[in-house]
Amino acid sequence: MNQLKKWMGIIWIFLGPVAVYYLIKTALQQTTAHPTLDAKIQWGVFVVVFIPIAIGLMIFGYYAWKGEYKEE
Amino acid sequence: MPMKENKTLRRVIAASSMGTLIEWYDFYIFGSLATVIASQFFPKTNPTAALLSTLATFAAGFIVRPFGALFFGRLGDLIGRKHTFLLTLVIMGGSTFAIGLVPGYDSIGFAAPIIVLILRLLQGLALGGEYGGAATYVAEHAPDHKRGYYTSWIQTTATLGLFVSLGVILLTRHSLDADPAKSISKFNEWGWRIPFIVSVLLVGISVYIRLKMKESPLFTELKKSGKTAVNPIKESFGHKTNLKMVLLALFGATMGQGVVWYTGQFYAQSFIENVCKIDFDQSRTILIWAILLGTPFFVVFGHWSDKIGRKWIMLGGMFLAIISYHYLFGQLLKIADPSNSTELVDQKMVKSERHVLTTSDTLRTVAVIRQYETGMQVTEKTVDTLYKGGQLQVTQPAVKTAKILGSTDYWKMTGIVFIMILYVTMVYGPIAAFLVELFPTKIRYTSMSLPYHIGNGVFGGLTPFIATLLTTIYTNDLLVGLMYPIIIAAVSLVIGAVYLQNKIDPPIAS
Repeated sequence: MNQLKKWMGIIWIFLGPVAVYYLIKTALQQTTAHPTLDAKIQWGVFVVVFIPIAIGLMIFGYYAWKGEYKEE
Repeated sequence: MPMKENKTLRRVIAASSMGTLIEWYDFYIFGSLATVIASQFFPKTNPTAALLSTLATFAAGFIVRPFGALFFGRLGDLIGRKHTFLLTLVIMGGSTFAIGLVPGYDSIGFAAPIIVLILRLLQGLALGGEYGGAATYVAEHAPDHKRGYYTSWIQTTATLGLFVSLGVILLTRHSLDADPAKSISKFNEWGWRIPFIVSVLLVGISVYIRLKMKESPLFTELKKSGKTAVNPIKESFGHKTNLKMVLLALFGATMGQGVVWYTGQFYAQSFIENVCKIDFDQSRTILIWAILLGTPFFVVFGHWSDKIGRKWIMLGGMFLAIISYHYLFGQLLKIADPSNSTELVDQKMVKSERHVLTTSDTLRTVAVIRQYETGMQVTEKTVDTLYKGGQLQVTQPAVKTAKILGSTDYWKMTGIVFIMILYVTMVYGPIAAFLVELFPTKIRYTSMSLPYHIGNGVFGGLTPFIATLLTTIYTNDLLVGLMYPIIIAAVSLVIGAVYLQNKIDPPIAS
């Protein structure tokens, strides 16, 4: 189980940037397709809010990789 | 447990729960009245923009919650739980009352939406500080073997707050005039303010009760021994030992819990009203019944978690939600689809009315009412302008569909929403005890509040918004909005299953 926790850490480390990439890509597509103030505000809010959370997921993955969650 | 101690504990739970329930009530009436508020406070030239603005304000209410968690959590770990969650209650009550008094956009222009936005942000901040305080306060009074049971009463308050808000809105909407249509019209005009204004009475009572309560025994002990935190935020998030638990709580529990909570109670209602096109009152009473029947299960699952641990009950709720949402929402669509029933053609009615607005403007309304074997009634109302400024107008008519379900279908839909509420009770019932047990007393308020409000407020609170947005991007799939809660809950389920430990009733007096 401890090995699983450790190796799955890599998934979480990579999931963070992947989520941010997908979010920014969709935000750009949507704000280009609908260049209204509302669209810009809502996508801007999503990007600003979810980027720190994605960084948190990477830190979580890093801790998992370093064995911080292993059971004694 | 001695009888006196039991009585004290019951008072602690009642005082905490009542205040928290009122805070949730205050918070949800704004969301429940989003459309009415949009017409009052935002420019009316574009109704979609107005609604989006309100939803953005709604989202702002959720996004600031984590900041409230940090600010009031810190305060609660420094000066104590009691006075902090008393302060949050006053801020919440004051903001809600003030929203009820703000003049509309027609009277004071752009100052109106700006004031409303500021008050909404204050509501979000207050809520961010309230929940962690109430949960910590009750947990620190509860004996070790019953923490899940006692804190589950706090867990009922979010759902009951929604229940009360829906009830007060429906009651007000129908009691302003003997003629139902006039009553609704008055409600949309000024009656919507009543649910906001009555909040001040509820808050007053709750503040009075809370003032009489004592500080949590664990915090009092900590303060006496001079071991309270000097900088709770730094100790909570600046040290790896605690930060790793905050991240685990967020990604392995509260994130999944948040999306299941908001899908079952908010997106379901929005889906029934806007996608299934069920009438305003029915879409709300369906939720009211489901909540009423489901609420006792918060206590059932909270109590059960004292016996078998919190982990698998919460993850079980997420798992059931992930595998069944698509089917359950599909069933809602099926029930609301009149093509699954035979139309009683001889009962079809067409009503046409002309409303003279001014001497030169005339509005025509055509209502086609169809009846079906299942008891469903579908009304298609077409509104167009016949004469504007004395000239004949050919405009794109606005068509509005409202369905009233027959009794069997109504209860089938209630049953489906009840199942979704059951999932909510599984993920949410044990979570206060789970969070409290993860963190030490001196930084508990700060540490548990942040992951809770990011999970519940940000991931959960944005669910109806993101799900609706997905349906506008991928227009050919009415169920595409479910992808968001399903993916988030699935990630949380995997993280929770692998990384969370299932400790049964660990001591918290540290």
